[in-house]
Amino acid sequence: MKKKSKFARYSTQDKALLLTGYILLGLFVIAIIIPMIYIVVASFMDPVTLQNKGITFDFDKWTLTAYQRVMSNAQIWIGFKNAVVYSIVFTVVSVFLTLLAAYPMSRADFKGKGFFNTIFVITMFFGGGLIPTYLLMSNLHLLDSMWAIILPGAFSVWNMIIARTYYQGIPGELREAADVDGANEMVFFFKILIPVCTPVIAVLALWQFVAMWNSYFDAMIYLRDSAKQPLQLVLRSILIQNQPESGMISDMQSTAERAQLAELLKYATIIISSLPLLVMYPFFQKYFDSGIMAGSVKG
Amino acid sequence: MKANSTVVSEGKQNEGKFQSTVLYVKQHWQLYVIFLLPALVLTLIFKYIPMGGILIAFQEYNPFRGILGSEWVGFKYFQRFLSSPDFMTYLGNTLKLSIYGLLWGFPMPILLAFLLNRIESTGIKKKIQLVLYMPNFISVIVLCGIVRIFLSVTGPVNLLFGSQINFMTMPEAFRTIYIASGIWQGAGWASIMYTASLSNASQDLKEAALIDGANIFQQIKAVEWPAIKDMVVIQFILQAGNIMSVGFEKAYALQTDLNMGTSEIIATYVYKKGLLDGDYSFSTAVGLFNTVINVILLVAVNKIVAKMNDGKGL
Repeated sequence: MKKKSKFARYSTQDKALLLTGYILLGLFVIAIIIPMIYIVVASFMDPVTLQNKGITFDFDKWTLTAYQRVMSNAQIWIGFKNAVVYSIVFTVVSVFLTLLAAYPMSRADFKGKGFFNTIFVITMFFGGGLIPTYLLMSNLHLLDSMWAIILPGAFSVWNMIIARTYYQGIPGELREAADVDGANEMVFFFKILIPVCTPVIAVLALWQFVAMWNSYFDAMIYLRDSAKQPLQLVLRSILIQNQPESGMISDMQSTAERAQLAELLKYATIIISSLPLLVMYPFFQKYFDSGIMAGSVKG
Repeated sequence: MKANSTVVSEGKQNEGKFQSTVLYVKQHWQLYVIFLLPALVLTLIFKYIPMGGILIAFQEYNPFRGILGSEWVGFKYFQRFLSSPDFMTYLGNTLKLSIYGLLWGFPMPILLAFLLNRIESTGIKKKIQLVLYMPNFISVIVLCGIVRIFLSVTGPVNLLFGSQINFMTMPEAFRTIYIASGIWQGAGWASIMYTASLSNASQDLKEAALIDGANIFQQIKAVEWPAIKDMVVIQFILQAGNIMSVGFEKAYALQTDLNMGTSEIIATYVYKKGLLDGDYSFSTAVGLFNTVINVILLVAVNKIVAKMNDGKGL
C-alpha cells in the first residue's frame, strides 16, 4: 500500500515522465536479454536450420553437436588453462602489490609521499607507448613468457588510489590501539588493517581478474607460442578471424557445410567461454557499491 | 648581526629537518623497503624505461645498434606522418569515434542511475542491476564476435528484416556499431558510480522537496543533481581527457578490410606500422604524437571544467 501511495503522489505530468523513463529502462533490459537468449538457443540448433530460418523452439531437433565439437577441441582447453593461470597469478600479484604500496601512501606522516605520488600519477597520463615497451620486453627476454603480460600492469596506480582512500576511511582508533601494543608496521598491516578491508579487496580482485581474463592485446603481442596463448586469443581466431580450429569442422564434406557448422560453433564457443565470469560475478555484487564508492572519492 | 643569526638558525633548522627525515626513514624503513619498493621498481622498469625508449622516434632506429648507436634524424618521422595523406583520416577517425562515443555514451549511465534511483522496490532494482551489469563481464572478443555474427549477411538481424546487408563491410556503419555496442556493454556498469552517489543524497533535502510538492525536474535539480555533480565532473574530465586513447582492442576486433575507411584509428595504425611492418621509429613517433595530444586535451578539459565548476577540477 505504501509503495502505491508514493507513486500516486506524483502529478500526472510526472507520472507520464516516469512511465516513459521506465519504458526506456525496460527496453534497455530487453535489449540485453534478447541477444543472450538468442545465443543460448542458437547454440543447440542444427546448422542448416540455423542458417536458413534462425532459431526455432522445436525441442526435438535440438542437438549438443556444437558443444561436443567445441569441448573436444584441445586448443580451447589449453586456452582455458592458460587464462586461469594468468588471471589468478595476475590477480594475486597485482592486488598484493597494490595493497602494500597504498599503505604508506595513505599515512599522513609518510615522508616523500608527494614525490612518490607524482612518480606514480605521471604514468597514468604519459607512457612510452607500444614499440618502446615491446623493445624493453624483448631486451628483458620476456617474449613468450607469461610475465610479459603480468608484470607491466601488475601495479595499477588507479587501484592504489582506491585502496589508499579506503584505508583513510578506517577509524584512527584502530591504529592507536595497535601502537599501544607496540605492533610493528607488518603486524599492523596484515593482522589489523587487511582484515577490515574485505570489500575493497574483493572489488580490486574481481576487476583485475576480469581485466586479465578478457584482454587479448598483450597476449597477442608477446605470446606467439600457441601452447601459451590464453582463451581470448583462441576465441579471436574462431570468432573474429573465422578460422575455427581445424579439428572442429574438417570432417564435413562441402565448403557450405563447413561454413554452416563453423557459424554454429561460434555460438557454443561464446557460451562456453563466457559462462565462468557470468556465473561468478553475481557473488561479488554485494561488494560493488561499497568497494566502488571507496574509489569514487576524489583521488 | 641579526641577519647573520637568522641564516645560522635557518641552517640549523634545515639540518634539523634533514636529520629528522633520516631518523624517520630509519625508524620506518619497512614502509619504504617492504611496502613501497616492489611497486616502485615495477613502475620504474615497465613505465619509465619505455619513456626513455621514446627517443627512437627521433632516430633511424636500428635494432642491432640499439638506441645509443642509431642515427639521429630529428623530426623526420613526425613530418612524414603529418604530411602523409592518411594523417587527417586517422586523426579524424580517432577523434570522431571517441567524441561521438562520449556524446552518446556519457549521458546514458546518468539517465540509468536516475531511473534506478526512483524504483521503490529494492528486490526489483537489484534484479534489473544484475541484468544491466552482465554485459560488462563479456570480453571484447566475445562482444565483437556477437556483433559480427548478428550483423553478418546470414545473421539474425538480416533474417529478421529479410534483408541481405553486410554491415561489417560498410564504413558508414562502423562508428554506429562501435558506439552502440559500447553503450550496450558499458552503460549499466558505469551507472554504479552514480547510483552509489545518489544513495548518499541528503534525506532532509529529499523530504523538503516532497513537502514543497516539487515535480520531478525540480527534485532532480534540488536533490539528485547536487549528490552526483562531483562524480559527473570527475568522470567527464577523465573521459574527455582520454579522447585520443580510444581502445585498440575493440576497434581492431571490429575492423574488416572493407570498413577501414572509418575504422583505422591511430592506435591500430601504430600497431600495424610498428609490429607488423617493423617500422619502429615511425610507429613510435605516431604513438608519441597521440600521447602528447592526449595530455594537452586532459589539461585543457580540466581547466575548462574547473572554470565552469567554481574552480574545482581534478
